Amino acid sequence: MYQPKMELTDYQRGLLEGKEGEVVSKMMEVIVRYGDAFSAKRLAKITHGKGHFVTSFGINLITPLYPMMKEIIDDGLYIKDGFTLDPRPMDYKNVKASLLEQLVSKYFIYGKQKEYEELLSKIGLSDEDKENFSCTCYLKQVGNIPKEGDILSWAESSAVVYANSVLGARCNRNSGIIEMFQSILGFVPQFGFLTDEGRKATWKVVLKTSSLPPAQILGSAIGMKVLSDVPYVVGLDKYLPLLPDEETIAYLKDFGAASASNGSVGLYHIEGITPEARREKENLLVPDYKEYVIDDEEINRVRDSYPVIWKKRDAKPKKAFIGCPHLTYNQLKKYVVWILDELEKTKRKKVCIDTVLLASPGVIKEFSTKERDLYERAVSSSVCISYICPLMFVDNPLSGRKPMITNSNKLRTYSACRYYDDSQLIDIIVGKERCR
Amino acid sequence: MKKFKGRVIFSEDYQGEAVVSKQGFNTLASCQKSALIKTSKKIIVSDQNNSDLYKKNITGKILCLPETIGSTTGGMIIQTVAERNLAPKAFLFSKHIDPLAASGIILANVWNKVPIIAIDELGEEFLKEVKTGDTVKITSDGEVIIQ
Repeated sequence: MYQPKMELTDYQRGLLEGKEGEVVSKMMEVIVRYGDAFSAKRLAKITHGKGHFVTSFGINLITPLYPMMKEIIDDGLYIKDGFTLDPRPMDYKNVKASLLEQLVSKYFIYGKQKEYEELLSKIGLSDEDKENFSCTCYLKQVGNIPKEGDILSWAESSAVVYANSVLGARCNRNSGIIEMFQSILGFVPQFGFLTDEGRKATWKVVLKTSSLPPAQILGSAIGMKVLSDVPYVVGLDKYLPLLPDEETIAYLKDFGAASASNGSVGLYHIEGITPEARREKENLLVPDYKEYVIDDEEINRVRDSYPVIWKKRDAKPKKAFIGCPHLTYNQLKKYVVWILDELEKTKRKKVCIDTVLLASPGVIKEFSTKERDLYERAVSSSVCISYICPLMFVDNPLSGRKPMITNSNKLRTYSACRYYDDSQLIDIIVGKERCR
Repeated sequence: MKKFKGRVIFSEDYQGEAVVSKQGFNTLASCQKSALIKTSKKIIVSDQNNSDLYKKNITGKILCLPETIGSTTGGMIIQTVAERNLAPKAFLFSKHIDPLAASGIILANVWNKVPIIAIDELGEEFLKEVKTGDTVKITSDGEVIIQ
């Protein structure tokens, strides 16, 4: 039997030794070894029990997942407080794809989607949460919102970095499956972002740009520089209203997602904005911190460094994706209004490129109800509004091969999609500009 | 011949060929293309941002890296490619192992009984010295020898 290095309570040791059966014992061994790898002193109790899973897709080839879940379910185990989870991979009712693409996705790539969702229900997914798959679980339309100081077991890099940084909750960058084990057991190893010292910043990022930089580029620049370290960003507060302003929420959501995917940032502090930075200010910095200055030139350098892996640089894109991570309500409205206004200016009735705006089912429902006219005008302009994960859509080799564009640095990182800032992306969508 | 000593997470005596990423290794971006093909016999790195490893085979090799980065599906991807015999045989980290890599390697070893070596804290000097194609010898007590 594995000899833990961390302190365990008698109850926890009993679980590890098999008093609740072999499956619980194996799950405990994984969690204890995981904690020991980070010199965790103990297993801390989860205080916000509702989990968030990164694995929302029934991919045939994630072969270890299904027998593992069946083993756990057969043992009578489940997550008592339930969980939310990342977006579904497919929505062919709204997102255009050829019949062949649809068949490949439905039967060859995500062939286990139905079976997987049945397993998720058995392991604790509520009927309500089954209708609201989204990476933005922390937005009010999804409603999985921890308090400051809460200890969580979440995965999904963009949700974890948001929870830690903007909400002040405490969560490590858990991998898929680990987050499920921890949520079932009710414990997480106490290390990293769960400790005060793990939340100290080792980088001071000094922003010297002439205006608010795009969240997606700033996050990318910082992620690539600091990797998994904690940055303390100075100079951004002059451009952003205080939380809980929706514009700031949206900016920090996109900034965090880019920093987490282009690097592996799990926590950032923004001077004057995020809760710990407002309270502790530069006391959050370790004494021997490193410094990274970001000016207009650096923003341009980072943007220009993204490789283009299309066969033809000037190809006409087949699709444009906006909303990775999923859009907030205000962002969805902003992009719809922006596209419709530009179409009117260019005297076009429809967008030139299939455009997909992505948001949680909760946000889409609210938008389509409150802004019925805008919603219908968007749809009749060939702008589709969907709840899918665009990365999973382009993971289909038939779809992924096509030239596509996005304003998401996360999507750019994991696909052949080309990144454009908002205004350039909209210009391409409405036919005012071409890819070069 | 250069010797380095790291911290053992899982180890055994092993000798093999190094593949080196000087930058953070993005597990999802690197493995997703090969892992999505049922008949894949190897992982050809598909991360366009990783000029060290892009289009290189890492299956069965000794992957030398600072740490892994990117999506929190990373651990599950490592477990999956390990179960399908597509994973690197060893992960040698110059820095402290990161949570995603630790998760995947522990799941592979404990749940799937696939022995994957993981040694961390080998230091920056290790990553400066080791080159793709080098023969590397690993011992069960965490010694790494570049031959």
